[in-house]
Amino acid sequence: MIKATPKPLDEVISYIKDYNKILVAGCDGCVTVCEAGGMKEAKVLAASLRLYFQAQGKEAEIKETTVTRQCDKEYLDELKDLMESADAVISIACGVGIQYLTENYSKKIVFPGVDTHFMGANIDRGIFEERCAGCGQCVLASTGGICPIARCSKRMLNGPCGGSDNGKCEISKEVPCGWQLIYDRLEALGQLDRFETPVDPKNWATSRDGGPRRIVREDLRKAEPAHGGAH
Amino acid sequence: MSKTPSKLEKIIEAGHLAVTSEVGPPRSCDGHEIDHKAALIKDYVDAVNVTDNQTSVVRLCSLAACIKLKLLGLEPVLQMTTRDRNRIAMQSDILGAASFGINNMLCLTGDHQSFGDHPNAANVFDLDSTQLIQTIKMMRDEGKLLGGYEMAKRPEMFIGAAENPFAGPNVALRAARLAKKVAAGAEFIQTQCIYNIPKFKEWMQMIVDRGLDSKVSILAGVTPFKSLGMARYMKNKVPGMDVPDSQIDRLKGVPKEKQAEEGIKMCIEMMQELKEVKGVKGFHIMAIEWEEKVSELVKGAGLYPRPQV
Amino acid sequence: MRLQYPTNIHIIKVPCTGRVDLIHLLLAFEQGADGVFVAGCLEGDCHYMHGNLYARKRVGRAKEILDTIGVGRDRVEMYNLSAGQGSRWAEIAREFTERIRGLGPSPIRVAHEKKAA
Repeated sequence: MIKATPKPLDEVISYIKDYNKILVAGCDGCVTVCEAGGMKEAKVLAASLRLYFQAQGKEAEIKETTVTRQCDKEYLDELKDLMESADAVISIACGVGIQYLTENYSKKIVFPGVDTHFMGANIDRGIFEERCAGCGQCVLASTGGICPIARCSKRMLNGPCGGSDNGKCEISKEVPCGWQLIYDRLEALGQLDRFETPVDPKNWATSRDGGPRRIVREDLRKAEPAHGGAH
Repeated sequence: MSKTPSKLEKIIEAGHLAVTSEVGPPRSCDGHEIDHKAALIKDYVDAVNVTDNQTSVVRLCSLAACIKLKLLGLEPVLQMTTRDRNRIAMQSDILGAASFGINNMLCLTGDHQSFGDHPNAANVFDLDSTQLIQTIKMMRDEGKLLGGYEMAKRPEMFIGAAENPFAGPNVALRAARLAKKVAAGAEFIQTQCIYNIPKFKEWMQMIVDRGLDSKVSILAGVTPFKSLGMARYMKNKVPGMDVPDSQIDRLKGVPKEKQAEEGIKMCIEMMQELKEVKGVKGFHIMAIEWEEKVSELVKGAGLYPRPQV
Repeated sequence: MRLQYPTNIHIIKVPCTGRVDLIHLLLAFEQGADGVFVAGCLEGDCHYMHGNLYARKRVGRAKEILDTIGVGRDRVEMYNLSAGQGSRWAEIAREFTERIRGLGPSPIRVAHEKKAA
C-alpha cells in the first residue's frame, strides 16, 4: 500500500496557527495501516493542536474524523458538513487523498499532515519498505518476482553493478543489493541463464517520466447504446 | 571486431600489450591541469581515459577534457556514466565526441549520487552500462539512433566497459556479466583495480573457458598504494574492492617514508605476474592524483617504449 | 505499608501500562492535569510481556509533543517499579509532585481557568 509518515508537529502548527476552526481529516485506507493518518492519529493530532492553542491562550475549535478513503468522491461527499464549518483542514490521508479532497472542496484551504513516501510492504510493525516504483510495465516475470526498478538504487535492468558488496548496495549496508536478491531467486528457480542476454532499454514513457498518468478502462465504462437502440 | 580509427584498437590488434591510464579533471574550469597531467603520462600510454564526474563529484566534464586531449595529440577514452544523462543527452555527447575524432568510449553505470557532493540531486539511470554499449554499437554498426533515426555519418567508436571481478554476488556471475556486455557489443574491458590476484585469475579462467578472451580484450586495472592509510581505506571503505591482508601487512612492515616506494614495487610485481595470465591484453593504470608515477610503473613492468602503430 | 504520599495524585488503574495510549496522556493534559506519570512494572517483568515497553515509547512521544507546543517534556514521565515496592511508589509520588510544583501549573489549566473567570 501507500506508505506515509506524520509530518513534524511544529510544521503542521505553522500551517494552521492563524486559523481557529480546524478539521483534521483522516483516512481508513493505507494511512491507517501504516499508522500515519487513521482515526488514532487523527485523534492524537487534534488533541495536540487543542493543547497547542490552549497553551497559547488562543481560542480554537478542532474537530477530527476519518472517512473510508479520501481517493473516492463518494466518501469525500460524507465530509460536506464538517468541511463547511472548518476554515482550514489538515488532511492526513496520503498525497492522493489530500489532493482529491482539495479538488472536491476547492474553496477550502487544505494542508498536508503527512509526508507520503512510496508503495511498500509491512515488514513488521512500524517498518515499511518500498517494493514498487509504478513504472507501468511490470518486469517481475523475468526477475524472479523482484523488481529491479524499485529495489536497485540505479534501476538497472542488467545488474548488478560493480558496487554490489556482500549482498549490500553500495549506498548503504542497510540496503540489500536488489540484483543480489534477483540472482539468489533466479538461482533457486534454475533461471541463471537470464544473466547471459542483454535486456533492452526500458520504455519509461509509462512511468512518471511520461507525464501525469491516467488510466481509462473502457471495459469498465458504461457501454454506448447501439445504433437505433430504444431509449 | 569492427575496424575504427582507434589507436588503442590497433595496438591490441597488432598483438601488443596495451597500456591505458586516466586523468581526473579538475574541480574548476581551469583546463591547464589536464594539459599538465596529460604531459606526465603521454609517452607511457596508448590511450588516456577521462573520468566522468567520478564518485558523483562535479568536475570539468569528460567530453570537454577529451576534446582537449585530442587537440593535444593524445588518444582519449571518453568515460560516460548513465547516472547523469538520459539517452538523448548520451547519444548527443557521443556524436559530439565523434565529431572531434574521439574513437574510444568506456561505458559505466556510475556511482550513486549519494557518494558525491550533490547527494540531493535527482539521478537519471535512463539506461545502464550494458544498454549504453548496445546504443553505441547500434550507432556505429547500423548508423541508427535508439529512436530509429538514420544518421548521415556514424560515430566510429571502439567500445569499452568496466567490470569488477571482485564484486558480488560471486565470480561466476561476474563472468556471466562480462559475457552479457560482450554480447551487447563491448570490445575492451578495463577492470576494477586488482589486488587479489588468485581471485582475478579465477575470473580470467572463467572468461577463457567461455571463449570470451578471443572476443574481448581485458586490460587489467592496477592502482599503486601511496601509503598504508590508502591501502586500509581501499580495503574498508570502497565498495567492491578486494585487498588481501598480505598486502596490508607488507606495507605495515615498512616505515612510513618508504611506503610509497613499496607501493610502487608491489604494483610492478603485480603487473609482471598479470602479464603472464592468459587473456590479459594490457593494463589500465589508475594512479589517482599520482600521475607522475605512471612512467615508473610502465618502465618497471617492461612496457616502455610504447609501440607505434 | 501505609506510607504517606501526596494527596494531589489522581490514580487511574490499568491492568498493564501497555493499555495507556498516547491519546490518554494528551487528554489528561487537555482536562487540566499539571503533570502525568505512568508507573509500570520493572522492565523485563511485564506480565503481558512488553506492555511497559510500549508505554515508555508513548511517554516519549508525549514528551516530544509537549515540548513542541511549549508545555514542556518534564510534565510527563515514565517510571518502573514492582508491585512490592511500596516505598519506591511513595518516593516517585513525592519526587514527581515536587517536580511539577517547581514547574508551576500547566499553561493549559491556566488558560482554562482564565476562560472560566
